[in-house]
Amino acid sequence: MAFLVINKVNKAFGKTIAVQDFNLELQKGEFVSFLGPSGCGKTTTLRMVAGFETPTSGRVVINGEDITNKPPNQRDVGMVFQSYALFPNMTVAGNVGYGLRIAKKPVNEIKKRVDNMLDLTHMSEFGDRYPYQLSGGQQQRVALARALALSPQILLLDEPLSALDAKLRVSLRSEIRAIQQELGISAIYVTHDQEEALSISDRVVVMNNGAIEQVGSPFEVYNFPQTSFVANFIGTLNTFSAEIIDPEQCTLKVGDQTLAVVHDLSAKQRGEYVSIAIRPERINFASADQNNNLLEGSIKSVTFLGSIVRVLITCGDNMLCMDIFNNPYLELPKTGQHVQVACPREAVLVLDK
Amino acid sequence: MASTKDRKVVEMNTFAGLRKLPLWSWIWFILGLLYFVLPLYGTLDFSLRMQRDVIGLKAYHMAFADKAFWQTFGYSFFLATMTIIVSICLIVPTAYWIRLRLPEARRIVEFITLLPFVIPAIVLVFGLIRLFSSPITLPVAGIVLLPPLTNTVFGTNVLMVAGYMVLGLPYIYRSVDLGMRTVDVRTLTEAAESLGANWYTIILTVILPNIRASLLSGALLIFAIVVGEVVLASFLGIKTFGPYLLLLGQQRSYEPAALSFTTFLMTWAAMGIIQKISGGQGHVAGAH
Repeated sequence: MAFLVINKVNKAFGKTIAVQDFNLELQKGEFVSFLGPSGCGKTTTLRMVAGFETPTSGRVVINGEDITNKPPNQRDVGMVFQSYALFPNMTVAGNVGYGLRIAKKPVNEIKKRVDNMLDLTHMSEFGDRYPYQLSGGQQQRVALARALALSPQILLLDEPLSALDAKLRVSLRSEIRAIQQELGISAIYVTHDQEEALSISDRVVVMNNGAIEQVGSPFEVYNFPQTSFVANFIGTLNTFSAEIIDPEQCTLKVGDQTLAVVHDLSAKQRGEYVSIAIRPERINFASADQNNNLLEGSIKSVTFLGSIVRVLITCGDNMLCMDIFNNPYLELPKTGQHVQVACPREAVLVLDK
Repeated sequence: MASTKDRKVVEMNTFAGLRKLPLWSWIWFILGLLYFVLPLYGTLDFSLRMQRDVIGLKAYHMAFADKAFWQTFGYSFFLATMTIIVSICLIVPTAYWIRLRLPEARRIVEFITLLPFVIPAIVLVFGLIRLFSSPITLPVAGIVLLPPLTNTVFGTNVLMVAGYMVLGLPYIYRSVDLGMRTVDVRTLTEAAESLGANWYTIILTVILPNIRASLLSGALLIFAIVVGEVVLASFLGIKTFGPYLLLLGQQRSYEPAALSFTTFLMTWAAMGIIQKISGGQGHVAGAH
């Protein structure tokens, strides 16, 4: 049986439905991210696991025990907040040891555990400082140490890095992942940052309008989005409406250009319209490979983004976005230039909805 | 080390800011200062001139030598302390609960807390006397629920503290509410809850220490109200510091001035203590 089961959970605030029919199973030691735009219900779901919100219906089960109606202070769940939520009146060591003091652990044990946690989060030198004497990143490390000090069954992280600068976010998220793996603790991580979710998670739950759109590994969610929302939300994507020309031959028409796909279209009808998606990095300037789909158009703009160069190409009525790796020894394409671009058949994704 | 450096930077910025102030600001500032300082100086000067042609502390010696002064002041001090304790016990959980669970009730509670500004103390004292000077009984059975409170010293003290609580309500509620606004009460509560704390522990270990400056401000205001209060004490026939000071002012000249100046110094000292205690409380979790 799964370590955490969120079973048919719904949550409504008055007439507003925040979470609907949420089902998820989390294994011991697994790191799962809830990813979605603001207001999609990810934080509400997390808060229901923490006990700060009660589901309108459904159950939350941890390690075989139904905790749906248990108060937060009896759930054995550690939580890290976006705003750190460190107690301003306590030192770093005081904050980390708070839960242990509440649990009435012996003084020696508290000290040892606090030292261990501060060591784990590289905050050993800051034990005597107060929260206001720390940087944002340091405060979040303390918050993490505090949440882990009680050895909770599950660690919940509610957008813990969103108040930090970009560089610090990257380094801290790696640290969070390393600590989670070292302790073997199950974790749920709420974020709206797709890169963050993809880089540290075992699985990603993509949410929209209170419901799950797709659950899968970062590789699956990025490369094989099942819905246009997932496709559009994760990474940059070209999406088009395409007319099926031949379901048997798997050919489609976008504007006046024909595309072949590997997706099974046998259940579809000729003339039916479907949504298709192509990642910008799967498109290249045309090569001699006959298996590729070829598209023609003129360059509308060229944007230098550092490691990549983003080229916008007008193909009939559609706009195609293409990413090519930056090469300082190659000339950049020019605006207005007529080009032929290609993408492999398997790069054209046919979306379910 | 970092804090010393920060303080120096703040001081430098403050002085730089003062130098930049326009002339009119300085004029208004000096006028305001004189408005407050001159009467104070006048009181001090008057209180030191009890003996003809001699500047001395005789008025202070006389005032402090009076047993009634210590008795009434001690009694007022006791009542003020009790009022502060009971007010904090009542107001802190109320304001906390409203902020956390009943934000929609905030306006109603704020309105109630402002009533003492509208309803004069004389109305309150008559109400208290009328209600609690006779026993409160069950209408049909005639069982005495509460004996007349004005008949005993303890009962009168309870009435006094209850009355003072009402008079101090606008000040203590606003102080506590303001203090809770400066800390993220909800998130701190949730953080403490996730660490296993119950509400009682959270209020005691997280909320109270983080609003201590506001509590002290509220407590100081209650103290000032109770020590100077006359109406409630006079009508209930209690010898507190307020009526004593009033009586002294009618009979003597120099001692009331000495006591007024002493009270002023005490207020300053109390404000200094608050400033000292709340020195590090401007820093809220998450702020840097």
